[in-house]
Amino acid sequence: MGLYVSSTRRRALAVAALVGLCALPWLAQAAGQGFYVSFASRVLIFALAASSLNLVLGFGGMVSFGHAAFFGAGAYCAALLAGAGVAAAPLVWLAAFGAAGLLALLIGALSLRTRGVYFIMITLAFAQMAYYLVVSLPGWGGDDGLPLSGRAPLFGIDLKDDTAFYYAVLALLAASLFAFDRLAHARFGRVIQGIRENETRMEALGYPVFAYKLSCFALAGAFAGLAGALLASQSGLASPSLLHWMQSGTLLVMVILGGVGSLYGGVLGAVLLLVAEEVLVEITPHWQIGLGLALLAVVLWAPQGVAGLFARRRGDD
Amino acid sequence: MTQLILEQALNGLQFGLMLFLLAAGLTLVFGIMDMINLAHGSLYMVGAYLAAAAAQASGSFLVGVGAAVAGTALLGVALEVSLLRRLYARDHLAQVLATFALILLANEGVRMLWGAQPVLLNAPDALAGPVEIGGFFYPSYRLLIIVVGLAVAALLYWVVARTRVGMWVRAGASNREMTEALGVDVRRLFTVVFACGAGLCALAGALLGPLLAVQVGMGESILILAFVVIVIGGIGSMRGALVGSLLVGLVDTLGRAVLPSLLREFASPEVASTLGPALASILIYVLMAAILFWRPEGLFPARA
Amino acid sequence: MTERAAPPSSPLLDVCDVGKHFGGVYALNGATLAVEAGEVHALIGPNGAGKTTLIHTLSGALRADAGRIRFAGQEVGGRAMHERAALGLARSYQITNVFARLSVLDNVTLAVQARTRDWGTSFRFWRPFARDTAIVEEARALLERVGLGALAGRRAGNLSHGEQRCLEVALALGTRPRLLLLDEPMAGMGPEESARMVELVERLARQVTLLLVEHDMDAVFRLADRISVLVGGRVIASGLPDEIRADAEVRRAYLGDEA
Repeated sequence: MGLYVSSTRRRALAVAALVGLCALPWLAQAAGQGFYVSFASRVLIFALAASSLNLVLGFGGMVSFGHAAFFGAGAYCAALLAGAGVAAAPLVWLAAFGAAGLLALLIGALSLRTRGVYFIMITLAFAQMAYYLVVSLPGWGGDDGLPLSGRAPLFGIDLKDDTAFYYAVLALLAASLFAFDRLAHARFGRVIQGIRENETRMEALGYPVFAYKLSCFALAGAFAGLAGALLASQSGLASPSLLHWMQSGTLLVMVILGGVGSLYGGVLGAVLLLVAEEVLVEITPHWQIGLGLALLAVVLWAPQGVAGLFARRRGDD
Repeated sequence: MTQLILEQALNGLQFGLMLFLLAAGLTLVFGIMDMINLAHGSLYMVGAYLAAAAAQASGSFLVGVGAAVAGTALLGVALEVSLLRRLYARDHLAQVLATFALILLANEGVRMLWGAQPVLLNAPDALAGPVEIGGFFYPSYRLLIIVVGLAVAALLYWVVARTRVGMWVRAGASNREMTEALGVDVRRLFTVVFACGAGLCALAGALLGPLLAVQVGMGESILILAFVVIVIGGIGSMRGALVGSLLVGLVDTLGRAVLPSLLREFASPEVASTLGPALASILIYVLMAAILFWRPEGLFPARA
Repeated sequence: MTERAAPPSSPLLDVCDVGKHFGGVYALNGATLAVEAGEVHALIGPNGAGKTTLIHTLSGALRADAGRIRFAGQEVGGRAMHERAALGLARSYQITNVFARLSVLDNVTLAVQARTRDWGTSFRFWRPFARDTAIVEEARALLERVGLGALAGRRAGNLSHGEQRCLEVALALGTRPRLLLLDEPMAGMGPEESARMVELVERLARQVTLLLVEHDMDAVFRLADRISVLVGGRVIASGLPDEIRADAEVRRAYLGDEA
């Protein structure tokens, strides 16, 4: 994969999608399907989480199998702050961002000593540690998780209203993706992509590879934490299942499905997976069969993910 | 206290040996084909369900176990030939996605066939009571598991260390290209290895069935433990899998039993009762992280 | 450049008694070598003499077990590879090691961008790289110099072997090293490509100190100001090409192999 360049066409598509998403609550109300606003918020939150994973996985080339730990850390951070009476959404978001980022810094500093499969496994182990700690810490709700009393307001805007919350999530997702786009085109983004392509060569050129990988890992963890905080607010619960390894797996699946290393891969994957789930549930109680078969089909016939199907073939010569 | 520790140590040994049955197949698949198989735990689940169904139909636990091993091994062959083969050359991400899909398929398939409720698998009546070992009583069924586990481990060790097939397997795990160049049909070898791995999974599932609940999702929790085992032991190493299994089995079981009371010696009761269970549940992951920190390739690296 | 000036007498690279063993096998056994600033210093020796191990040990890909390595007056034996590279100790690889999936131009811009002393840190998360036009210009100029100017837009993996060898050199040059370790730049090249590479190395020699590992003896004796001979993990002779040609021990230990 070459260095990331966002084409005008893709930017135009993104802007069009953004406009469409802005109109979504209005369309849902008009169709009398207000429930879908809440569902859409959920999809966008997962889109943010998956995009943050894509930052480490697709751009940094680090296959992290423990991303759910940061997702969950953000959720619990939001729940604990809500319990402590913090009533300002930006504060909660910032705290979740910071806490998850710090956790990722710590886990990354230890895990990035290993490579390849061992890295996959050690990130998994740390996430499992976080999972069991959260479940067994007294006062953290055990298997039931921590409920949130309500959603903190955003500068006087009441986010308890699902539409207002939806717009807040959409704004955060758009801002994060914009930041990722800047990052991918900045010097830092080029360096982490260079490391993905050939770590030894980057080291030989004089780049302190470990520091770059760790920064990327921590940054991605922070954004996952933000997504976790949003999900806790959305559902009114910080659940331990957010830290379970199946959650890490689901996020990985979203990224692979949407397209590894493509800026909108995480978004595309989250939308596809969650919408497919929603549709299949309507059709059959055994919807997991359909989902499983669909994933297998993607692996066998669309190795670059769904985004790869749409990408124009780029000739080299 | 000594009694408790002894009993828990036996439980740990028993659990570790069952983990070894899973880890043995997993580490070879991983080592030879460099393939991440998340669906390994699903084979264990399928094995447990097959054992329950066959035992119920025939009225014999032994028939149940036999049917489970044979059926799951066949399923393993079918999976390997039809799907997994196409994944060896792909990257780890594709393997994760495909085998994650297999988990979904297996869970839902089992749910369709046997329903969402746990099914019952009873140990044979003859083994229902405890036996006396050196002055204390231990459930005879658990003892049987230990004996079977030790026997299988010994057999595996002999096959891998002493036979020609075992030599190919070891060679394949340490350097696949070279082994192929020397004329070993690694493709077919691998189908055999995979089938054996699946059979071992089923054996573990069938044996543990009466102790744990036979239910959907049982494969996922044990899968992660099996991964911890092979990472601790060193991917591709049989010896590592055995040592890792026993280490994880003992540390986990003993940790849960002993750690809370041990903490009470050093800290206040409140702290001990708070931290004890939390620490015990993460102990093996701490162990794994520590081992990877000091020996990033595990205790017994298979590759030079 | 803001280097601390070394005393005029001390060599740019001073390798003293360096040892490296793998298990019980000694690949380097007290290797001692001095490379003076400005010279082309060739390192020759039979297969298995430890030449590549020495290059790895100097660049920091491997840590020496014994001895010391001083570069530009600083002890670098304990430094990581990227730190040595940042000090101006660059290397090329014997087996081509470029960014195969990136364009030729991106390959070289990554190398140029690595030079923090000129461009500042790469921990820049927001400002688009596209504004760093000077880096791209320098990379293009560098590609012209190694004869790859017309291929800037190609995928590096699609270049011919000889072109990839040139790109390999361009990557090392992009960091503007004070000393360039060239590990068999002519490896696997045909006669025409080799001749072009010799010309390239001759031009390089005017700008940068070179430590050249090479099997092609014609090239070595044409290019080198001084030659060191590595046999069995130690340097058995070091001197002017004519001295080496005449050295009895070298003839016995090394040229005898080829006869």
